[in-house]
Amino acid sequence: MSVDEKKKKKVIKIDVDKCNGCRACEAICSAFHAEPKYSNINPEKSRIRVFFDPIRDVYVPVYASEYTGAECSGRGEFTIDEKTYDECCFCGASCPARDLFKDPDCGLPLKCDMCLDDPPQEEPLCVKWCLSDALTYEETDDDEEKEEPKDEMETGLKSLIEKYGFKKVMEILAEKEKTAKGKGAKEE
Amino acid sequence: MRYAETGYNLEIDLTTGNIERVETDPREVEIHLGGQGTAAKMLWHRVGPEVEPFSEKNLLVFSAGLLHGTPVPSATRTSVDTFSAQTGMYSHSLFGGFWGPELKQAGYDKIIFRGRSPKLVYLYINNDKVELRDASHLAGKGTLETAECLKEELGDLKTQVVAIGLAGENRVYMASMEHYNSSASRGVGHIMGDKRLKAIAVRGTKDLYVARPEELYDICTKQYKKIYDQGSSVMTHSHNERWHTDVFAWGFARERRRGFWNKELEEEWKAVTDSVFVRFNGCFNCPIDCHAAIQVPGQRPYIYKCYGKLTYAMAAYKDVKFNYEMLAVTTEYGLDSFSTPQVLAFAVELYDAGILTDKDLPNFPKDSGERFFYLVEKIVRRDGVGDALANGVYHAARQIGKGAEQFDHNTTKKFEQVPLKLGALNYPYFLMTATGAKMNITQIEGSFPQNPIPDPKRRKAFVDKWEAAPQRFKDYYMAWEPKTQPTIEAAVNIADWNETMHYIDDSVGICAFVSAFKGQFDKSSYHINNYPSFISPATGIDFTQEKLWEIARRNRTLIRAMNNRRGLRRKDDRPPEDHWKQRIPDVEQHLLDEFYKFKGWNREGIPTKEELYRLGLDYVADDLIARGILKEEESFEKEAVAVKEEKK
Repeated sequence: MSVDEKKKKKVIKIDVDKCNGCRACEAICSAFHAEPKYSNINPEKSRIRVFFDPIRDVYVPVYASEYTGAECSGRGEFTIDEKTYDECCFCGASCPARDLFKDPDCGLPLKCDMCLDDPPQEEPLCVKWCLSDALTYEETDDDEEKEEPKDEMETGLKSLIEKYGFKKVMEILAEKEKTAKGKGAKEE
Repeated sequence: MRYAETGYNLEIDLTTGNIERVETDPREVEIHLGGQGTAAKMLWHRVGPEVEPFSEKNLLVFSAGLLHGTPVPSATRTSVDTFSAQTGMYSHSLFGGFWGPELKQAGYDKIIFRGRSPKLVYLYINNDKVELRDASHLAGKGTLETAECLKEELGDLKTQVVAIGLAGENRVYMASMEHYNSSASRGVGHIMGDKRLKAIAVRGTKDLYVARPEELYDICTKQYKKIYDQGSSVMTHSHNERWHTDVFAWGFARERRRGFWNKELEEEWKAVTDSVFVRFNGCFNCPIDCHAAIQVPGQRPYIYKCYGKLTYAMAAYKDVKFNYEMLAVTTEYGLDSFSTPQVLAFAVELYDAGILTDKDLPNFPKDSGERFFYLVEKIVRRDGVGDALANGVYHAARQIGKGAEQFDHNTTKKFEQVPLKLGALNYPYFLMTATGAKMNITQIEGSFPQNPIPDPKRRKAFVDKWEAAPQRFKDYYMAWEPKTQPTIEAAVNIADWNETMHYIDDSVGICAFVSAFKGQFDKSSYHINNYPSFISPATGIDFTQEKLWEIARRNRTLIRAMNNRRGLRRKDDRPPEDHWKQRIPDVEQHLLDEFYKFKGWNREGIPTKEELYRLGLDYVADDLIARGILKEEESFEKEAVAVKEEKK
């Protein structure tokens, strides 16, 4: 995307009344983001999850937003239409208070990229495959100045730095570089 | 590298508490696919005919399907396989939801339980962590209530739970296992109870790989859309109950009430449904939301599907409101909504006939609905006469005696059948009801239409776009005129095709509701023609139509032999006497002969050595011969000659 292009505000709108809990959004998201591509549908690696409590008729899809290093202070309960929701289920943060939106293999945070990953999709695939229309996609002009979206590696590194400190991360990276070079030398 | 399957099973000995993770043989996929197929082989090898269903040596096997956890849509049905105390035979059921895919994500294809726990336990699986845990706090708790408790105490709503209720704990033969919106009925819940296993809670976060990802992904996204488009006429979504109320018999499968349904009733029942309906929901990665969540004020919420809405109402001559209230109770107790209403209506008949008295049923209510609630409480606790009734109609009739046996009119192989009482004998349905090993006709029928379209032009139009059917079935259908029977040859092929599709579905874990059951409406998204294009890229093994048909035949034959080893013979292959008003005994026997011949079975309905060897089931043939069940050189033709000579 060129820098001159007008920035768009991209939003997945969620209608909790229309969700039927099939979790196809989780399947398609994890397939698209799998390595190699489409190789599996591990919902734990999906950047959209359905908060699901059928006894209370709670079906809330929520997609992964920013990583946060600390859990929030208030976690209340919302009562909407006589139904009680945990505040958590409206929040897309990858946070230390829960195991949501973290890669189960390495623990790094997951974040929704609106399926602009290679190849970029016209709309997020979870929206495309939500045939009950619980998920819809909206693009609006965004006049606000925004920082460039970081790629996955940057987000991951940032979280490591926040957790362990810049120095520690650099030390480990330096160590890794040495080992890698050492190995390379041997192979040669 | 294993594709589509994890390559590991869990072996749990409930007696000793031993847990093992066992690697499986990758060659089994080509021979049996997975799911029900590989479970059947395991049961053949490990549970001999001498093993009592209620014993430590019986196995209870939960199998995720071969395609569970792959991108293939609607792969959700977990197969449960064991031996039933009700029939003494092989017992099989299925449940959908999320459980099977979650098990694959945890790293396992199957869980095999043996032994019997000294106290009530549940199995907890969280990836590599597998533990048997005390379940004494869950004793007597409802099925969905148990799931709720476990999710809360495990602190994870994403855990998938399957559980039995009080009925299963008390080894009631009609007991089901319940998971979210689905239940495994048909004779598996009582074995889970006998093993003192209250529930299985699964959580998995691992990857599961497929062989050719891009190819599979491409076909799956198209399939997803197709299933959605074809699934629009889901019964749960309809308020018109004319078909069910007209076709099925009321009471204890006694009478049809044609013309019962009308517009006013539809409005009245719709208003009731609207007042308790919460939302439609579906299973994992399936675009059809064919289940409905219900909340009756003052009762626990539950989720039902399809004809479950009416089975209690029709058995008790009540209405849909009664049925919704009944399901709230029976879902938590964990009772099968097909067989249970039959048993309840049977008890009511016995009371009305004076065989059961006020001594057996003190303070028995007058209202038929209240009677049902009363009887359920007795049955799930095995209280008084409830102890006999908990063994199903066949056994209860004999335990109660005093002529109660005469009332047992709707069982086949000791198992309650769907309340169907029809007019003229139907050839394919005779064969399926008589010989089917899946016990309920809904699990045997489905690919071939039940009636010919009268107008030949419209019939032709149907056939032209009938994707699911191999050519010969199109020919049979074109040649089938209304009010006539298909030929014997056609009937045999139709019965075989119908059950074959279920044997494929139940091994790969695809829901019959988008496959075997829908061929008749030309709405089956999966069928013999396109199945290979899903299974091949998922597994990396090249499957063809012929190969799949052969595997289904192998699995079917193995299960037949397993039941033969337990005593099943030709005499048992008979539908209820009053299933059709008009019976033609010699045609029926001829049909059986031809069907057995087609299947490679002998006159007694036992697979021949030749057929078993051809299918690679030589170990089955050798065992049957060693036991004297099968003779070395035996075929249908040779026997026929022998019979003729004897007659001379």
